[in-house]
Amino acid sequence: METYEIFNQLNEIFRDIFDKEYLLLTPHTTAIDIEGWDSLNHIQLIVEIEKKFKIKFSSKEIFSWKNVGDMVQSIQTKVSS
Amino acid sequence: MISSFKTLQKNLKKDTGSLPRIKVALVGDTATQFLAIALKGMGVEKGCIIDLFEAEYNQVESQLLNNTSELYAFAADYIVVLQSSHKLMSLFNNMPAEQQRRLADERIELIKNICATHTRLICCNYPEIDDTVFGSYSNKVKSSFTYQIRKLNLSLMELSMKIPNLFICDIAALQNKLGRDLMFHPAVYIGTEMVLSLDAVPYVASRIMDIICALQGKFKKCLILDLDNTLWGGVIGDDGYEKIELGHELGIGKAFTEFQQWALKLKNRGIILAVCSKNDQDAAKEPFEKHPEMVLRLNDIAVFIANWDNKADNIRRIQSILNIGFDSMVFLDDNPFERNLVRENIPEITVPELPEDPACYLEYLYGLNLFETASFSSTDADRTKQYQIESLRVTTKMTFTNEDDFLKSLQMKSEVKPFNSFNIPRVSQLSQRSNQFNLRTVRYTEAEIGRLAKDHHFQCFSFTLSDKFGDNGLICAIILEKKDTESVFIDTWFMSCRVLKRGMEHFTLNTIADYAIQNKFRYIIGEYIPTTKNSLVEDHYLKLGFTPVDNTSRHLFRLELEHYEKKICHIMAV
Repeated sequence: METYEIFNQLNEIFRDIFDKEYLLLTPHTTAIDIEGWDSLNHIQLIVEIEKKFKIKFSSKEIFSWKNVGDMVQSIQTKVSS
Repeated sequence: MISSFKTLQKNLKKDTGSLPRIKVALVGDTATQFLAIALKGMGVEKGCIIDLFEAEYNQVESQLLNNTSELYAFAADYIVVLQSSHKLMSLFNNMPAEQQRRLADERIELIKNICATHTRLICCNYPEIDDTVFGSYSNKVKSSFTYQIRKLNLSLMELSMKIPNLFICDIAALQNKLGRDLMFHPAVYIGTEMVLSLDAVPYVASRIMDIICALQGKFKKCLILDLDNTLWGGVIGDDGYEKIELGHELGIGKAFTEFQQWALKLKNRGIILAVCSKNDQDAAKEPFEKHPEMVLRLNDIAVFIANWDNKADNIRRIQSILNIGFDSMVFLDDNPFERNLVRENIPEITVPELPEDPACYLEYLYGLNLFETASFSSTDADRTKQYQIESLRVTTKMTFTNEDDFLKSLQMKSEVKPFNSFNIPRVSQLSQRSNQFNLRTVRYTEAEIGRLAKDHHFQCFSFTLSDKFGDNGLICAIILEKKDTESVFIDTWFMSCRVLKRGMEHFTLNTIADYAIQNKFRYIIGEYIPTTKNSLVEDHYLKLGFTPVDNTSRHLFRLELEHYEKKICHIMAV
């Protein structure tokens, strides 16, 4: 799957969970940039991403991402493997 | 990864010449052929040849308890016994109610006997099936299937501790493990303190709310059943009662038999069953009277309506006979058109979207947990009978032109008692159930009622009502609070709607007044707290001669006792 496709789908998930219609992600987006992105929403994001891409993250991965770019990379490795 | 069934099957064709052999006998009360293949295939993976004796289907007792059986002759090193939860439930369903609470004890007795005559017995325990006849309340009821299956699993553990050669194959734990894979998200759990997965959380919340709603008095009281393709397979009008699918011989008849058994369990725990079917009345009743495999019989059905009118109108008719809210009714029908029609016309009623395949009815309904309850007493099983008697009364009433003459003819008797250990369960249950004739709708649990009964600031009365047609049991309760030396406050006055318009209100007030006058009180104070359901008693105290109390935002009423005249009624105190 192409990186931009993952980005698009991820953006959809973010919009849905944070209930922000115009939310736009960049690789550098972090939790500070999005209002309401706390540890609880983070869990919700993970479960949604796992379902959407039909993958499973390890506990280390979940807590190692520094920004959206890391997430996309993590997803891409799993989807392509 | 565990090998698939196919892989295990292929293992059987491998050359296993020199492997050691183990003699295993497999006995089950359900079809065990696949398990036999898997066991042999798994044996190869573990480096041995399973020399298997497979007993004929459903011969657990005859093979294991009879020392001239083929199984004995086989002289197995290990005997594996697989008794299924489904067969256990079917056994339970076919027992009379008083025997159901002994299910676990009886089954464990059997295992004990088997152990006495065999070496190395591997006995599978029972993966739980919750039939949701009680909802979570089954935890408080010894005669529930949930209680019995858990007790049996625990008893198996205890038995295996006493008998060194008995080993338990824990397939209950296996079912738990497979379920936990949905309910638990380990990666999330490690980083947080969350043990319930996001997918499981809504279900847990729903079960908690089921309990709260039941305690708040919102629960189901009546199950309305369609007939064709809901209660049996096929169309009675076309097929005739001999050809409908029902029972273990014909087509998917087993699905309908088990469904009926479920309905019967609900009836025995106090859910009123009604029938609403598009059929000719006589044809519709025929299976109930003549079909040998019918589980439900006509005397299990409180109201039976079969005609060609629209179902919403028929359900309204059922409602007017039973006199309970639409929101306490569940309607089951296989036909999506009928379901939608009822939903659109009576939005309060619950109409589950039954799956197309009747084989899936029960598992789907178990998932909904429709019948959570907040109480259970032994009189619940008689509820259907009482509604049947009520419809008899309604018919008799039509032959009297004068209401008074009708009431006299009933020869009513009431027994007044303080709360005691015998009536407390029923009082608390009525406190949960009464919505319409309930002046303040304060719900009391059994424990709270028990405390009130002992508290000297309160005086409590329970009332029964019987007449020449039958006994209604306990139908009314009063809790009086001694406010001060002058007045008693009616904290609780609720009554079953089954006994409306019999003069029971007058009889009850006479009882309260008697007590108050004897104890030198001057006033009785009553209060009406409106709910969405109790407008029936809005003017209750005014009708009884109370006067409204001014200067208060509450609906308070007062009765002076100095010139109290006994209310007329045709009920005799016994």
